[in-house]
Amino acid sequence: MIFRKPVAMSFLKTFLALFCLLTVAMGPVRADDSHEALRPLVNELASGKYDDTERQIQALVASGDPVVASTLQALRAGDLYVRKADGLVFIARKAGKGFALTDPLTGADAGEVAKRDIDKIKVNNKLRRVIDASLGSLTLLSSDPTVRLAAAQAVFKAGDPEVLDVLETALAKETDDDVRVVMEQARAAALLNSDRGDAEKLDAIETIASAGNRDALSLLIGLRSATQGPVSEAADTAIRRIEKSLALWDNAQNVWYGLSLGSVLLLAAIGLAITFGVMGVINMAHGEMVMIGAYVTFVVQEIIRGSAPWLFDYSLFIALPLAFLVSGAIGVGVERFIIRFLYGRPLETLLATWGLSLILQQAVRSLFGPTNREVGNPAWMSGAFDLGQLTITYNRMWIVVFAMLVFAGLMLVLKRTSFGLFTRAVTQNRRMAASMGIRTPWIDALTFGLGSGIAGIAGVALSQIDNVSPNLGQGYIIDSFMVVVFGGVGNLWGTLVGAMTLGVVNKFLEPYAGAVLGKILVLVFIILFIQKRPRGLFALKGRAVEA
Amino acid sequence: MMTSYLFRTLDAKAGVFVALLLAVTLLVPVLNLAVPEGSFFHVPTYAVTLMGKYLTYALLALSVDLVWGYCGILSLGHGAFFALGGYAMGMYLMRQIGTRGVYGDPVLPDFMVFLNWKELPWYWYGFDMAWFAFLMVLVVPGVLAFVFGWFAFRSRVTGVYLSIITQALTYALLLAFFRNDMGFGGNNGLTDFKDILGFNVQEDTTRAGLFVASGLAVIVCFLICRFVTRSKLGKVLVAVRDAESRTRFLGYRVEHYKLFVWVLSAMMAGIAGALYVPQVGIINPGEFAPANSIEVVIWVAVGGRGTLVGAVLGAVLVNFSKTWFTAALPDVWLFALGALFVVVTLFLPKGIIGTIGERYTALRDRRASARREAGVDAEPQPQPAE
Repeated sequence: MIFRKPVAMSFLKTFLALFCLLTVAMGPVRADDSHEALRPLVNELASGKYDDTERQIQALVASGDPVVASTLQALRAGDLYVRKADGLVFIARKAGKGFALTDPLTGADAGEVAKRDIDKIKVNNKLRRVIDASLGSLTLLSSDPTVRLAAAQAVFKAGDPEVLDVLETALAKETDDDVRVVMEQARAAALLNSDRGDAEKLDAIETIASAGNRDALSLLIGLRSATQGPVSEAADTAIRRIEKSLALWDNAQNVWYGLSLGSVLLLAAIGLAITFGVMGVINMAHGEMVMIGAYVTFVVQEIIRGSAPWLFDYSLFIALPLAFLVSGAIGVGVERFIIRFLYGRPLETLLATWGLSLILQQAVRSLFGPTNREVGNPAWMSGAFDLGQLTITYNRMWIVVFAMLVFAGLMLVLKRTSFGLFTRAVTQNRRMAASMGIRTPWIDALTFGLGSGIAGIAGVALSQIDNVSPNLGQGYIIDSFMVVVFGGVGNLWGTLVGAMTLGVVNKFLEPYAGAVLGKILVLVFIILFIQKRPRGLFALKGRAVEA
Repeated sequence: MMTSYLFRTLDAKAGVFVALLLAVTLLVPVLNLAVPEGSFFHVPTYAVTLMGKYLTYALLALSVDLVWGYCGILSLGHGAFFALGGYAMGMYLMRQIGTRGVYGDPVLPDFMVFLNWKELPWYWYGFDMAWFAFLMVLVVPGVLAFVFGWFAFRSRVTGVYLSIITQALTYALLLAFFRNDMGFGGNNGLTDFKDILGFNVQEDTTRAGLFVASGLAVIVCFLICRFVTRSKLGKVLVAVRDAESRTRFLGYRVEHYKLFVWVLSAMMAGIAGALYVPQVGIINPGEFAPANSIEVVIWVAVGGRGTLVGAVLGAVLVNFSKTWFTAALPDVWLFALGALFVVVTLFLPKGIIGTIGERYTALRDRRASARREAGVDAEPQPQPAE
């Protein structure tokens, strides 16, 4: 019994077409006389009946030369033409009024001709099937393991039974273990669509179920509805098993996205937590420090692009200390010139720093323009890898790692240095700390600088996943406040737990409520949470008096 | 008895202010409608609308001053109440369009027809009646403020924490109103208004009428604020502002006082929003933006918090300069606004009215003491340094 699924088939064709484009692109490089041996065969495609053409196609495939793939693909798509003048065969694509000719074997340009000078080589459906099958075998038997792997994956998605024989030949020759696993699954998929016995099909279902991904699921769902008896039942059990494991992976995916969002929140909020904790000061310009950090990255990359492109992969490492210094210096300046005069008036500080944030935004807008700036990802931050059924992008992963490193580093500074000791003392009891000889104004300035500096390096990280524009900071400021308020003031663990909780909760709500409603629910949740614990999750214990 | 209270509320300074406001309220429409165009004294209609907008802002500032200046609650979310009042008015105006909309549906506003909605959502019922809509202008912000305040004040959320969650409140509403399926026009909001109470909103006379209504609303609300802050209750409010714990220890139910003034203020903000919408002709979720609410606070700070007159003055002044700057020097406006925040908090903590009042009192005291000294012995004493 043969049944085809058009979607899967078209995928296979797309893949094969892409593959052919690849071979066409590589054609000229590999063009040598060896292809010329094929030329008579190619030219013969233009003559004879469909049956002759089929034989010629098989002869071409038998040559095992990958360059044939592009010719066959063109033939299948109806792009193969014969020139009336000399009977030579070309790949022709419409260009302007006439057709642009390409040599099928070398990929070389062969000029343009008018439509009446060439004839299309006709194909029927039978020929198309023959070509599809032979294209699969050309790639499955390729000497390049990545090509074989991709071909096997395509066969697995399509489940085309006609490549079964080729696949089995390929499987027998396969030496690479990774490719072998995929080929086994592809063979199983193809086998299910073929007319082989039930026993073999049951085995095949087992093999497919072990793949456990969405393609396997859709394959089996198609099988369940198309067959009866034991095969359908086996498919049904396999489907349930896959669905169960996929649900588990979905949750894992949500947790991962949540942690990723949580790390971003942590980076944005942690500097705020320090300044708020130590000085009781709400720094509304905190988001702008993040934004400045992102712009420092932009400037660093611009300079590198202009003068030392080979440094590009290290641009972030250069930007990190610079962003820390620039934002930190601005922070110290702000503390010395504005906030110092407003201690004991937290609400006024809030207003003044808000004004500052407007000034900084407008300054950046005047300097760099209001549009988004392009900040590139270094090579080691682009791309993704699979972990089970999870797809993990490198930039998200590095940001999680980076957030943890920043957190650990900050913990180390606060717990192991004398500056950290002083800071904690001032956080807990300012006047007592002052009586013990700690210069609290100095600590204030440095803490503010530290908090702003960390916002700056958060900006370097955020430049990798967000648009770098003057409004970058505004998007994070309310979320960061929520993290700090939720986690509690004066305790970095609270900030960590707060950020991660909010991140994960947000991502779990999103599938049910949508992104916006999820965010609203989180905000409402925090507003209610504040009622229960007005000082956050990890409140400082002690006989603190209200301000 | 009420009149006697009114007279006691109106001392000389407040009297001058109310008289001035009343004069502007009555004079501007006359100059707009009665004086022929081209005359030096003619006030163009766009200016009337602009000044009407300032007056609604002044009312909003008044409501913020009531809670911030007299009760120490720094609300960074008053724009939410303003916008809710505006939406209530906007819904009424939408229902008044009737069949004149683009799609000509007698019941559904255009955006609902566009979204393929078949019937009016339940919360739109009643907004075709003016009395119901005007009631909702007060009730919706009032109920939200009551629920929010009841939770917040009962669990003693104060200071910056309260400020931040008010900001979260307006931010949450911003996100909510951006959603199309909320049924409030999503991103575009409500616009294309035709009639208010049967008058065309584009007419000069209607615009003048709205201006007068705004002016009267400011005057009435000013008097209410004045009445509240001058009463015994107002004194308790100031006590809460300056020493909340101490007031509680003295036996006052602090949260009740705060809740009362909070709800009152929210309703005033709602009225301001309701008067704002027909004058600018649109209400959209942008009004919920936290930045707007913070800007209101700076109007109050510029004029002088805890002075009421200052709030009105600050709102008009800052918005006038905003109009001027954004037209003449658009790039400079945000610098100027930002600098205003910093400079006012650093150098003018009492605002314009507060500082003038302080100087005036100091001068009067100095003169009085100088006179006393002069009366006691003839030798002139050196003036004390300022």
